[in-house]
Amino acid sequence: MVVAKGVTKRFGKLEVLKGIDLTVGRGEVCCLLGPSGSGKSTFLRCVNHLERLDGGSLTVDGERVGYRRRGDALHELPEREIALQRRDIGMVFQRFNLFPHMTALENVMEAPVRVRRESRATARERAGKLLDRVGLGDRAGHYPAQLSGGQQQRVAIARALAMEPKLMLFDEPTSALDPELVGDVLDVMRSLAADGMTMVVVTHEIGFAREVADTAVFMDEGVVVEAGDPREVLDRPVQERTRAFLSKVL
Amino acid sequence: MKAPAPALAAPQAQAVPDEDLHTVPVRHWGRWATAAVVLVLGAGTLWSLAKNPNLDWATVGEYLFHETVFSGLVTTLWLTAAAMVIGLVGGTAVAVMRLSSNPVLSLLAGLFIWFFRSTPILVQIIFWGFLGALYQELAIGIPFTDVTFFAAPTSELITPTIAALLALGLNEVAYAAEIIRGGIQSIDPGQAEAAHSLGMRPGLTLRRVVLPQAMRVIVPPMGNETVTMLKTTALVSVIAGHDLMSNIQDVYAQNYKVIPLLVVAALWYLLLVSLLSIPQGWLERRYGRGTSSASASPLRRLLAVRPRTRKGAGA
Repeated sequence: MVVAKGVTKRFGKLEVLKGIDLTVGRGEVCCLLGPSGSGKSTFLRCVNHLERLDGGSLTVDGERVGYRRRGDALHELPEREIALQRRDIGMVFQRFNLFPHMTALENVMEAPVRVRRESRATARERAGKLLDRVGLGDRAGHYPAQLSGGQQQRVAIARALAMEPKLMLFDEPTSALDPELVGDVLDVMRSLAADGMTMVVVTHEIGFAREVADTAVFMDEGVVVEAGDPREVLDRPVQERTRAFLSKVL
Repeated sequence: MKAPAPALAAPQAQAVPDEDLHTVPVRHWGRWATAAVVLVLGAGTLWSLAKNPNLDWATVGEYLFHETVFSGLVTTLWLTAAAMVIGLVGGTAVAVMRLSSNPVLSLLAGLFIWFFRSTPILVQIIFWGFLGALYQELAIGIPFTDVTFFAAPTSELITPTIAALLALGLNEVAYAAEIIRGGIQSIDPGQAEAAHSLGMRPGLTLRRVVLPQAMRVIVPPMGNETVTMLKTTALVSVIAGHDLMSNIQDVYAQNYKVIPLLVVAALWYLLLVSLLSIPQGWLERRYGRGTSSASASPLRRLLAVRPRTRKGAGA
């Protein structure tokens, strides 16, 4: 589903990604772990072209993200076509980024109505079901400011699911939450994974990674240090750097 | 305000135990004295105005609802409304240009704002009024060719009222653009990212996500701008714009009753500006949805007030 080959990205002089190779199969859950500044969030944002990559190739479902090859050159796509690609890639942010001027229900309905041109009635019905699914059916009329962090993040997940994406990206979805609210969000993600959603998750939740992930990827300073079965990477890391990081978080 | 409850506990020397003592608020004698002085001065001013025959309330009454004043009032109102519409629409366009990644658009927008904010509005009004001295004829065609679709003498096209509208409108575009740019930039970039990640295009993102939130920041200063605009229309009297002030000047140029007519103008401007705060409050609540600062309207809050009974009073 996601195939990255030699992806590089620099911000000015700073090289944040130094050639990332990564493959996530359909229906797989891939957890990206690593210290902050290791480039895992940047890589995730490259997957839906919120960041433009400087080198290498990145495809989602066989389609190159953000560029089209013509002859020997890659042409960057206009915003219109990138928007089309992004429809199929859901994203959940660390800081939720719900639209504060819309209720939970309106947040979930917005993209289906405006982007997919669904009728309001259909969109409302589906949005209601999605809110039920994340356990917030009774909060449909609440504005984000009236919801707890954990509830907001679950609405954000429902909002992303409303576009029926084939891939879900999670950028530290629980890092901005109070500890007691983390569980509800992870439960929703767990059930998504169980339903066969392809997911790339940047997280510090080692327990979640060990339990749910098909692949765990440990990144540091813009490179993949170690990748593979989470029980191997997390419990019997080969690399010294992985071991050092895990000993600090666990 | 908080008068001590009388006779709750008359001072009976040491007979009252410590915890039952009543409190006496500090007396602000200074406040009473200052208030008295200011009241006397104010009353004196009012009295001197009231008994001043030059104020001539009869004339004020005669012209307050005069036909000339009403026709000026209508011009002032539509001039304000039209200039603000031009300002809002144009200002949004210039603000988006200013924020554009196209350097030519951004620079042009910057120059526009710089020019119209850096010259006095009075100069701009007179300039548009005398446009005919710069171009005798106005034409629409393709630059640097002889192709012309339309041409007419400037004096026919740019009447004093149109000149006034152009001057006020273009000036407002510059100010509104900066207010709207500030509003757009005050929105967390994460909002646009979230919209993009849902497949929304830049235009849709601006319209549905960024601008509605920016409105909360934009409405109060734009309300201010509308108040300023309403009063600035008085300046178009220099090119005989037929607004309220122009017509008032016409009248006192004939009957020399300057002060009473200025009172008429002042009364109308006072009323109009006071009325403007109503739609502003409504807009602020409309765009404040979802934020904690969005509260009920002042009228509703007033109606919701119930006399509070003081519990335990006199028990």
